[in-house]
Parts: sequence; C-alpha cells; structure tokens
Amino acid sequence: MEENDVSRRRYELVIIGGSAGGLEAIIQILEEIKHCGLTIIIVLHRKWAVDSALVGILSSRSPLLVKEAEEKEILMPGTIYLAPADYHLLIEKDRSVSLDASEKINFSRPSIDVSFESAAEIYGPLAAAVLLSGGSSDGVEGLKKIKAMGGLCIVQDPGSALVEYMPRQAIDNVEVDHQMNAVEIGAFLNELR
Amino acid sequence: MDKEIISNGDVEILLNVLLEKHGYDFTRYSGASVKRRICRLMLLDKFDRLADLRDRLINDKEYISRFIQEITVNVTDMFRDPLFYKTLREQVLPVLATHPFIRIWHAGCSTGEEVYSFAILLKEANLLHKSLLYATDINPEALEKAVKGIYPLSQMKQFSENYLLSGGKNDFSEYYTAKYNLAKFDDSLKSKMIVSAHNLVTDWSFNEFQLIICRNVLIYFNKELQDKTLELFDYSLEKLGYLALGSKEQIKFSGITPKYKQIDSKEKIWRKMM
Repeated sequence: MEENDVSRRRYELVIIGGSAGGLEAIIQILEEIKHCGLTIIIVLHRKWAVDSALVGILSSRSPLLVKEAEEKEILMPGTIYLAPADYHLLIEKDRSVSLDASEKINFSRPSIDVSFESAAEIYGPLAAAVLLSGGSSDGVEGLKKIKAMGGLCIVQDPGSALVEYMPRQAIDNVEVDHQMNAVEIGAFLNELR
Repeated sequence: MDKEIISNGDVEILLNVLLEKHGYDFTRYSGASVKRRICRLMLLDKFDRLADLRDRLINDKEYISRFIQEITVNVTDMFRDPLFYKTLREQVLPVLATHPFIRIWHAGCSTGEEVYSFAILLKEANLLHKSLLYATDINPEALEKAVKGIYPLSQMKQFSENYLLSGGKNDFSEYYTAKYNLAKFDDSLKSKMIVSAHNLVTDWSFNEFQLIICRNVLIYFNKELQDKTLELFDYSLEKLGYLALGSKEQIKFSGITPKYKQIDSKEKIWRKMM
C-alpha cells in the first residue's frame, strides 16, 4: 500500500459500522489485526437475541480485548468495543461512552450514523471510519461528517460485500479515501498508527 | 445536513439560560446526548442557529414544555426487557407479598408503559389491592399519557410478545380495550397509581419505598448527577428494599455500592442489605 500520507498521520480511533453481511466482514478484519494501539469501536446491526454470543465470537478471532462498551467507561487503546444492542453509542469529550436509548435512526439502534457523527465530533482527524456490507443507508451521513471533520473514510469494496447496498451508497455520496475488501481493510488497520 | 457547528460552550450557555430563567437543570446531563437532542430539536423546529433557539426559550414560555418534551427521551415499551420482568415476578414479588402494604416508585416513568406492566404483575400476583405505585417524571406531557393509559394498537403485538416472555400466562388482550387504532388499558390497573411531576435533579425524597424502578434515566446523567440520584434512591428505599435500573445501568462506582447486593447475575436489580 502506498498511503504514505496516511502512515505519517496519527489516529486514535477506528470505528467500524456494518449491517447485513457485516459480521462476516468484521470477522475477516479482526483476524488480520495482530497488534493495534488504537481504540476500535464496532457498531453492528443485529437482532438483540444474538448479543451475548457476539462478544465471544469476536473474542475468539482477535488477540485484543473485545468487550461490550459500558456506560461511562473510558475508551482505552488496544481494545475493541462493541456497541450494545438496542442502545445508541455516543462518545463524550473525556473519551467516555454514553449509551442512549432514544428513537431508532434509520430503523436501527444502535445506529451507525449516530456513532460515526459522535466520533467525528470528538476525534476529528484522529478518527478512521470503516463502513461495511449492509442493506441500509445507515452510516452514510455519519461518514460525511467523519470526512468533513478531517477523518479517514474506508468503505468495503461493494463487489466483495455480501450486501452491496450500504457501501455503494457511501461511495455514491461521500468522497471515500479507500475501497478495499475485508482482508485488505484488516491488513490496512493493522498498520494504522 | 447543513448544520451550524455548535460548540460545547454554546450548549452550556443555553442550558444555563434554561436553569436561570425556568429552573430546569440540564447542566449535569451527559453532554453528548443533550447536544444531540438539541441538534435534533433544531432540525425538527427549523432553527438555523442555536441563538434563535435560545431567544425562543427566553421569550416564549409556552415553548419550554416543547423543549422538555424533545430533549428528554421518552422511548419506552411495556415489559421492556422481558427477562427483567420475569426476575421481578419470580424473585421480588414473593418478598413484596410479605408486606402488609407495598409502595413502589417508578422514577422517570415517561409515558407509563412500564408502570402498567408492573401493575399487571401485581394484579396477577394478587397484590395490586394492597399496593401503591408512584409514577413520576420531569415531563408533564408524558405524564398525561401515563394517566390516560392509551397506547397505539399497533404496539400491542410487541407488548404481548414481551408479556409472554416475562412469564405472563393470560391472554394479554384481556388487559385492554381496543377502539379504532388505540388500546386503552383497564381502569383497575391505574386504580393504585399516583402520577405526579418530580424532577430527579432538583426535587428530593417524598416517601419510603420497598421497590424503586428507574430504567434508562441514569444513562442520560453525568457521573456526578448519577451519584446524587442514587443517593436519593438509597435515602428513599427501606432496608431490604429493591432498586431496579435499566439493562446497561450500574451502581458499582457510586457511594451506595457497599450497601447493595445484586440479586441476579444478569438483571440490574439490587437489594439494600443495610
């Protein structure tokens, strides 16, 4: 990869959003990340019933600590946080987590837009956002905000996504920095500092 | 969305105006959440600038109730998190049943769905006749809906599923009368409810209870206000009483922790041990 401009930048946060087909991509991504000094947040649409198992599934694919984000917890580097089902995840100025049970956005809670917008506001150019497979357009507005605040926008190559609608929407509406398949995204994040 | 970039300082100024002019204190709410709600209200009511919203709040007394209505979160369901209700049914109600008289406080009850849910549990345990359910919220419009006990018929399918998962054995539709697209809950359920305005930020204790239920309210408060509110609950709870919070809410970093024991490994229900 020849992202010299990128490799010289410093990031603090990677925030990943996915919907239908997103879990498969996230597993591939995590398997590529061997070491990481950044905070990673995952916002995944799913039915609440799957929740308890999800941390276990992701933990088994990653050497990093994977946990559900807890209310008012301070986000730490080298840790993967999963937005809990049925709550929006917001980030406070002090890098702590606020959970929010307000109205669904884009028929979703957690909504990717809500978390991306919050990440853009708090982390600005220190945020890298990744939007994966899905059949919704949740995440597109959030990606715009990430871009506007100087952050990095990565989208799963629609051709490689199980459901291409969401990444396609992102590419059509946002000036994204990279389009890659899930394995490439993982390798890229593994090198991101 | 072409939104004005709103700084945290601007939000602070707005919240201070609200406190000084109208006595509503949102200054210790979670910053990210309040800011998001304010941006949402500006979109809904078409304010281009935060200063316009501030002027409206200063000059239009009527607008305050609209502001409270939209800044506070009023999303709730009957039997929200059914397994939480199952635990109340199986582990808390048998203990409450030993009391000659049962007092319960639903703090931050919003539009009342969870109060009706609990009234149904009490009725099924044959305890409603000797219970009083105090239902309070900061939001007067939400409380009006709580008093009416009328909810959209379209929600009944979900509520009924939740009810069954909570261990309900009856036909859920026995508890309401459907008319047009509305479901009106049985008057007997509200015969023991006392619905009243109460602000957790500024108002203090008004009684002693055996059970306090406050779900998905503390998540909107900052740490300091969470601690203060938990102290209010502790002060308002009898020894061996129960405190029940939302599924992601915790008491573990607050001053009241040593006195409480969680009664279930998963559900957020604690018993006051001393």
